[in-house]
This record gives sequence, C-alpha cells and structure tokens, in this order.
Amino acid sequence: MVTTTTTTTAPEKIEVFIDDQPVMVEPGTTVLQAAAQAGVEIPRFCYHERLSVAGNCRMCLVEVEKSVKPVAACAMPVMKGWRVKTNSDMTRKAREGVMEFLLINHPLDCPICDQGGECDLQDQSMTFGTDRSRFLDQKRAVEDKNIGPLIKTIMTRCIHCTRCVRFGSEVAGVEDLGTTGRGSDMQIGTYVEKMFTSELSGNVIDLCPVGALTSKPYAFTARPWEIRRTDSVDVMDAVGSNIVVNHRTGEVLRILPKTNEEINEEWLSDKSRFACDGLKRQRLVQPMVKGTDGELQPCQWEDALVVAAKALKAANGSVAAIIGGLADGESLMALKDMVNQLGGEDLCTEEVLADAGTGTDLRSSYLLNTTIAGVEEADLVVFVGTNPRFEAPLFNARVRKAWLYNELDAAMIGPDVNLTYDCEHLGNDSAVIGQLLDGTHPFCQRLSAAKRPMIVVGSTVYSQPDLLAQLMQLAQKVRSGCEEGGEWRVLNILQRQASQVAALDLGYTPGVAAIRENPPKVLFLLGADEGTISRDDLPKDTLVIYQGHHGDVGANMADVVLPGAAYTEKPGTYVNMEGRAQQAVQALTPPGQARHDWKIIRALSEIVDVQLPYDNLKELRTRMEQVAPNLTRYGHVEEANYFAQATTLAKLVSDKGTGSVIDVPQKQLADFYMTNAITRASPTMAKCIVAVKKEAANKFVDPK
Amino acid sequence: MLSSLARSLTSSSVRTSVRGLHRSTVKCSDTLQVHRDSKENNIDTPFTFTPENMKRADAILSIYPDGHKKAAVIPLLDLAQRQVGTWLPITAMHEVARLLHMPRMRVYEVATFYTMFMRNPVGKYHIQVCTTTPCWLRGSDDVMAAIHTKLGLTPGHTTPDGMFTLSEVECLGACVNAPMMQINDDYYEDLSTDDTNEILDTLAAGKKPKAGPRSGRFAAEPAGGLTSLTEPPPGPGFKIQEGL
Repeated sequence: MVTTTTTTTAPEKIEVFIDDQPVMVEPGTTVLQAAAQAGVEIPRFCYHERLSVAGNCRMCLVEVEKSVKPVAACAMPVMKGWRVKTNSDMTRKAREGVMEFLLINHPLDCPICDQGGECDLQDQSMTFGTDRSRFLDQKRAVEDKNIGPLIKTIMTRCIHCTRCVRFGSEVAGVEDLGTTGRGSDMQIGTYVEKMFTSELSGNVIDLCPVGALTSKPYAFTARPWEIRRTDSVDVMDAVGSNIVVNHRTGEVLRILPKTNEEINEEWLSDKSRFACDGLKRQRLVQPMVKGTDGELQPCQWEDALVVAAKALKAANGSVAAIIGGLADGESLMALKDMVNQLGGEDLCTEEVLADAGTGTDLRSSYLLNTTIAGVEEADLVVFVGTNPRFEAPLFNARVRKAWLYNELDAAMIGPDVNLTYDCEHLGNDSAVIGQLLDGTHPFCQRLSAAKRPMIVVGSTVYSQPDLLAQLMQLAQKVRSGCEEGGEWRVLNILQRQASQVAALDLGYTPGVAAIRENPPKVLFLLGADEGTISRDDLPKDTLVIYQGHHGDVGANMADVVLPGAAYTEKPGTYVNMEGRAQQAVQALTPPGQARHDWKIIRALSEIVDVQLPYDNLKELRTRMEQVAPNLTRYGHVEEANYFAQATTLAKLVSDKGTGSVIDVPQKQLADFYMTNAITRASPTMAKCIVAVKKEAANKFVDPK
Repeated sequence: MLSSLARSLTSSSVRTSVRGLHRSTVKCSDTLQVHRDSKENNIDTPFTFTPENMKRADAILSIYPDGHKKAAVIPLLDLAQRQVGTWLPITAMHEVARLLHMPRMRVYEVATFYTMFMRNPVGKYHIQVCTTTPCWLRGSDDVMAAIHTKLGLTPGHTTPDGMFTLSEVECLGACVNAPMMQINDDYYEDLSTDDTNEILDTLAAGKKPKAGPRSGRFAAEPAGGLTSLTEPPPGPGFKIQEGL
C-alpha cells in the first residue's frame, strides 16, 4: 500500500518489443529511446539527446510490425505492444536507401577530411550503407562560410542534419546559423557574412556528424587513431569541466569535452577547448636566477633552489605566498606546509573574497551551494555582480537550459549584459541589495513568491564586505520562505578561478591585502600572474620567487624562477565552484627542466631544512585529507550548510565597501578569451579577440 | 607508358565500360542562397515602412495572437516587397525582424525558402514564363522566343532600362490555359507569339494589358465552347413526382 501514492502519480508504463525483447517504457518515449533501453542502438545523424528532435535525416528508420512504412525512430513515440524490428530486411533496406541519398551530394574526400576516423557518416556508411552508388549526375557544391577563427567550414560535406542550427538556438542562444534556400539549393549558413559569436561555439564541431564543421586550429594536425587520450579536468574557469586531453609525442593537440552530467553535460567552453595551444608558448623550461645585471639568467636546478633556500632561511619567518588561479591542491598543500613551517602566515590567493563576518571559515560562504546541476530545479535566479556567460559559460548554459525548459526566471543586479536569455535588469546600483533586504524594492514580491530561488554572487561583490553581508542576510531571509524549508540553498558564490575553492579549503586567505600591509622579505608566487602585487608594493630587498609554467606577469617581477608544470602535465586535485574535488590526470611530461609543482616545493623544503613529511603523491594526499577531507573525495560534492550561523555573523559586519555601482569585469565576448597565463599565451585566443572585435563593426549582426 | 595507358583508356571499347561520372548538368535555381552586397542591395539600402503600410502591418499583426506574432513574417515580407516594388532588400528583412522581435537569421530563412520573395533587384515587370510540360507542349518555347526577340532577354536577366526581368519557372497551376506567363501579379494565358508581343508593347507603353486568357474564352472554359451545361439549369421542382 505504501507504493500506491507513487503509482497513482507516475503514468503507467507501457510494454513494447524491440527485436522481440520486451521493454517497459514511459508513455511518450520514442522508438529510439526505447531501443536504447533495450540496448539496441539505432543509427542516427540529426537526432541528439540534448537538442530538440528534427527528424530530417531519416537514418533512424525502423520497421514496426503492422506498419506499412518504416517509421523514424527518433520522432515516433511508441504505442503499447509495438513490435519494433531494428534489423529486419525492411529496416536494412531503408537505411541503405537513406545512406545512398545522403552520399549523393557528399564529396568523396575522406582522405583529406579532418573528420576522417571519427566521422558518423563514414562509420555508418561502412556499417549500413551499400558499397556502390547509382548516382551518375554531378554532385552539388556549396561555398564555404567564414564563421570565425575557431570553426572551419567545408559546406559541401554538410548533410543538413541541422544539429549546429539547433545548438545555436537552443544551447548557445546565438541564432546566427540557419538553413537558407530550399530543395537541392538548401544550405546551412549565416546568409550574410557573419561570425558565429558564441563562447560555446566549439561544440558544433563535436556535434557535426560529418566533416562540414571542423576545428580550425586543429586542421590537418592528426588522425584520431594516432592520438593518445587522457581524461582530465579543465582549469580555465572554476566550473571544473571534464575534458579529454588529446595528445601525441608530448604535445597537446586538442581538448575535447568528456560527458559529466553533473558539471558540463557534454559541452565545453571555447576557452577550455582552444586555449591548449597556449601550453606550447611562453613556457618556462629552465630555472632562472636574476643575475647582477638585473636580468634573469638560466641556471641549474641546484643553483636556483640554493638561491631560493638561502633567501627563505635568511628571511627568518618573514615569508609570504600568493597563489594564482591555476594552482593544484597538491602544490597548495605543500606550499602552505612549507611556508607555515618557516614561520610565514600570509598565504594569499589572488582572487579576493571579502570577509562578511565569517571569512572563509564556513564553506557555505564561498561555494556555489545549489550545485551546477541544481540550477535546473530553481525557479528564480538573481545574479549580483557577475556575468556568468563569460565567468562560467557552462553554468550559464545550464541556466539557459532551465530558463528554456523549466520556466526559470532570471534577474541581474549589475550592468545590463547579454546572458543569451531574458534577464530582468534591476539596475547596477548597490543600493538595490539593501532595498531587497528591507523589502522596499518591487522585486521583493517575486523573490518571496519563488519556491526555489537562487542568489548568485559574483566577483565584483566579493570585494565589498557590506554588500556580501547584506546578500547573505537576504539569502537567508528568502530561504526561510522556500518550499523545502531548510533544504534548498539560496546563497551561491560564483568563483572564477580553478584553484580558489581548494585554496580556501586548505586555509589560504583570499586577497593580498595582508601582504600589502606587511610586506615580507621573501614572497613566493605560485602561478600568480594577475599582477595583484607589483614590485612597487614591495620593499627593494624583498626576494620574489616565482614558480609557475608561463613567462607572464609573475615571472617578470621574480628574482628566482622555478619552472613548474601546467594542468595537463601533472596529477592534481582541483575543487570546482560547487565544492566538488576532481582529479586532473597527467597527460604529458612537463617540458624541459620543468617539474611537478609539489615536488619542487618538496625539494626546496629539504634545502631550507623544513623537510616536508611526504615523499610521494599518496602521502601528500593523505596530508591533504588531514587538512581538508573533501579534497580527496573525488567526484563528490562536499556540501556546506551553516547559513544561519553565517547570517548571524554577517549582521555584525559594519565595513563599508567602496563604490556604489556594481560592475563586472567581463562584459563583451572579447573580454572572455584571455583570463590567465595560458590563454594569454594562446595565439588562437588572440585570433578570437581580433575576430570578435572586428565583428563588432559588422552591421549585419543582430542588434541587441 | 603513360601515353599508351591514356590511349587505351580513351579507346571506345574502354570508354563504354567506364561509368560516366557526369551526364547532366545540375539543375539549380538561378538565385544565390547567400547574400552578396551589391550597389542596390546592401546594409545601407534605406528601408522603412511608409505610414500607410505601417497601418497595414499593424492590421496584419493583430490577426495573430500574442506569442505567435512571428507567424506574420510572410505577410510582412510581402508587404515590404510590395512597398519597394518588385523585390525585397536585405534591410527590409531586417526591418521585419525588428518588428517581430525575431533573430534576423530566422527571417532570412523564410525569405530564401519562398521563391516569390525576390532578394535581388528585378525589373519593373517581372515576366515569369512557365515551361513545364503542358505549357511546353502548347508552345512556351514560342513565348520565350518572342520575348527574346523583342527584349533580347534570356532567363535571369533584366533589360538595361530596368523595365523587364525574365524568369523561366516551373508550373504556375494554369495548365488548362497553357501556355501562360505571369507578369507581376497577373496571369496572361493561352498565349501566342502575337499575344506576347502585344502584352510587352502595352507594358512598354506604360499601360496595363488585359489579364487572363487571350483565346477569347472565359477563364478555363473548354476551348471549343461548352459541351455540357449548355442550357439554363432547371428550377425547383424539377422531375419531382407529380403526386407530390
């Protein structure tokens, strides 16, 4: 009897037979989905599970018993008792016929096509097609389109599945692509000369089942069977997208997304996908020490370590460290242990986060508490001082998905930026937050009426303690009126840097104010390249040690440079914005004399006589587990839930922030591409910026 | 070695057994499915709806319920085309997109799909001659030849004075009155060479020739006069049993 309540609400399942194998499915399931449940894969080109059903390629035709004609499995919902035959003569003949038609206008250029080896058309024509064509007429040709520096188009190869068009209008929210013409004149394109301006544009390359849309930076580089693949984690933003690093002979050739339903689904932002060519440029490949002439001179590891160690010893405890956005958990741990043992206490992150009463003691004050996938359950989201489209593109894609399918409403306090979906603009005055808190703003009704609201706080507000404190109180106030009482989390902090959550978990202080106030004798920069501290902020005799992988701002001001490894070259732990620890896997060896970051610090500690008590990764991770147990629970979101306490403490905040206008640093697409040392070294990212800026003058682009 | 191979391949015995790769030319429409900036048609081509047409546009929009205003895209494009005359500049598409809050690409899709939207300038009189089988059997070649002789036009071209554009089109649905041609909105049917010349002369003189069949019959009546229904129809009570 207990189950009756669930059975009455859930619709009754219906039985269908896939190749005589019975399957129970929900009403409304398509033949293709039912077949998938039975473990039978039906070939398809236009169907994609994350896009709307188009039903125009006809490759999924299957025979249904008692049906005169074959049915398109992707679009046809099953009926009770249907017997689907996925391997009958009729089905095979239908597939063969469709395949023949699809190949009529498809060029036979597989040997020079970049898609070769990972092409759906190639694979399926081998499996289901015939070995000859009866087509004797001329093939059609379509002119290629220029849609930007990332996507190469060879439109003659296009089979008109319209996946790219649907991706643009449904996921990316950029309606630049479409179909023009009709009949044999039909083509996919932009009609006018226009760039596909989206931060997610690279995904159409993966979606394209043929070689019509391929990667421009990767063009003619390698064949899929020559490539070694390593599953890893992306560090370009704090989303922690799962990636597959494709590499060969010690260099990263391309980066593809790896499906993770909880994080990136199967998409990847353009920065994560295309910035990998920055890993080959501007690299620090040997240790360097500043000579008497004031120039950095290459030297041996021993020399560099000895110079650094001498300074560290002589500093007599006046040691501080700043970490950048790409640092892994292991090196953060090792650096913290070493600096603490030397007597230094100022361990800072470049990214700021104001102290709203609790500082970083309560994890709920710096995480995206709702989780990324949790957005799909929300019904109202308020962004405060963030542009999620460029700070966390895949989080924004989730919001858009929820806006599109779940009737999520969005509002924004900050500049009126284009988020690809409708967003109510509440103004950029920070007073709005106060009005929302005391209930005088008209939007308050919407907030209190919402069953599952979210408040997403961005980097601009981090730096202002009073605003952050007000938002924490507002979130708690709204939360008490939520449907699920205490279960739904309202307050969300949108982090921008991949290293930030792990650093805060390990006890780093956000912001470099402490170092500014109390300049150390030795400053250790671990990949700190954003220029938050410059030489002018430090006394003349301060020795700056820079450890990192790119010759950027940090290495420029350093006296000693220790070459470290980039994220593809070291095993590392990264905690994403929702508090999910993930493991990056080493795909390559670091170039030249560069070494794994934690090993460098471990080696240095021995010379400074504060030998760190771990000799391998396992021991180091045990140490990390002691400090922050969630750091080694890979794949798991460690929840945080001290909102009430945080709010109480937030009420005590009296610091006044500076400035009353809430702004965001990344407003335009051009601001998106270069945000860290790797992307600044990437020629592809530079090309993107040039192209996007040029595109701004294109009058054919839709006005906002 | 190579030359002997070439010779053997081109010999007639081999040629017949080698499958021909190209046997016929591809039939594609004579319009491009992408936009090319031209002197007449570019992003700076001025277009706004006139106040009268704006009223019409509002009337058209009022037909469609809220949330489905995009359905007005075809009538609005037609309105724009009529306002310009015979063709639809790209800026007119943009204007329609703006009015309907649609992405421009979605309007381009509609405008390129329907062949009656002329996306490049055409003459004041757009002559569309049907050359599908019934019209062809009934002498559409003569009509084409007459136009060619008179105006020097081949399909897809416009006279230098910008008066006439000739298009060869597929069936326009007036097969009973073959051969026929459409000039702007009017059908001219049952054409002979003389009829064609007369129509073109009248148009060139700035007058409007009579539309419809040229054979003297009414609409699609049988060409040789009526064979049935020749008497007035009987009135009520026809053939009803007397007792009733």
